[in-house]
Amino acid sequence: MCLGSAFDVVESGRPPRATLVDYPLGHSAGKPFDPTDQFGVIRATLHGLETMTQPGEIRVLPNCWDAHEEWRQDAARTRGGDTRQPRDETPQFQHAADREAARSSGALRD
Amino acid sequence: MTIGYMRAIAERYKSLGYAPYRWFKAEDPPAWQPLAKPLSTARIGMLSTSGAYALGQVAYHYKDDTSFRQIPATTADRDLRFSHLTENYLADPRRDPGCIFPLRTLHTLVAEGFIGRLADKVFSCMGAVYSQRRVREEVAPALLAAFKAQQVDAALLVAM
Repeated sequence: MCLGSAFDVVESGRPPRATLVDYPLGHSAGKPFDPTDQFGVIRATLHGLETMTQPGEIRVLPNCWDAHEEWRQDAARTRGGDTRQPRDETPQFQHAADREAARSSGALRD
Repeated sequence: MTIGYMRAIAERYKSLGYAPYRWFKAEDPPAWQPLAKPLSTARIGMLSTSGAYALGQVAYHYKDDTSFRQIPATTADRDLRFSHLTENYLADPRRDPGCIFPLRTLHTLVAEGFIGRLADKVFSCMGAVYSQRRVREEVAPALLAAFKAQQVDAALLVAM
């Protein structure tokens, strides 16, 4: 069961079954700090495992991000800089302390 | 009106002088298996492409990292971290992992009896591997084997 918010990207992959939620990227599992919304998105998605009967079926959830549509303009822009990080080949830890934790656990040896 | 990400991103990169961006387009019909048992008794696995890792694990690198992490399902939100090529999408997940990595939500669904149980470990990978061949030949088979080893009845893939 697939859940995503980039409608055209998910559709292009032709997953067995999917739900789509029209939220900005990074929020496929619901709105931040909104457990009720997150619960609703995941519950509705998993419900599809029992209720979707056609291979490739895709359902759009009725959820709405907010009354403003400003996020769409930024997401849909066709000009501007590259927002990706450099393609570095070393682990990019979120916090410096994470590196120490990975060393302590034995997961990182360098 | 939903966002046309594929066209917008291809145009943005073209304007920067990059080689044409080739999105994956599935040629085969969707794979399909019906759920073999009621959801309320099913064991559910999870995969997130958000680059999540648990404190104590190694973060992802940003050049076609084809590894994946097995994150104990008991991991607290405060011990979840993210490293992904598009860090600009991680601002909210790093404050509340639940918006992209629904581990806490899945536990709630188990507690309410909506799903039977959760796999002991949930998986994450780097959703930005630019080699389609390496995703097909390395990432996907490794994850499929890991899900099979868990004997899950269904898997939830949360795409970022």
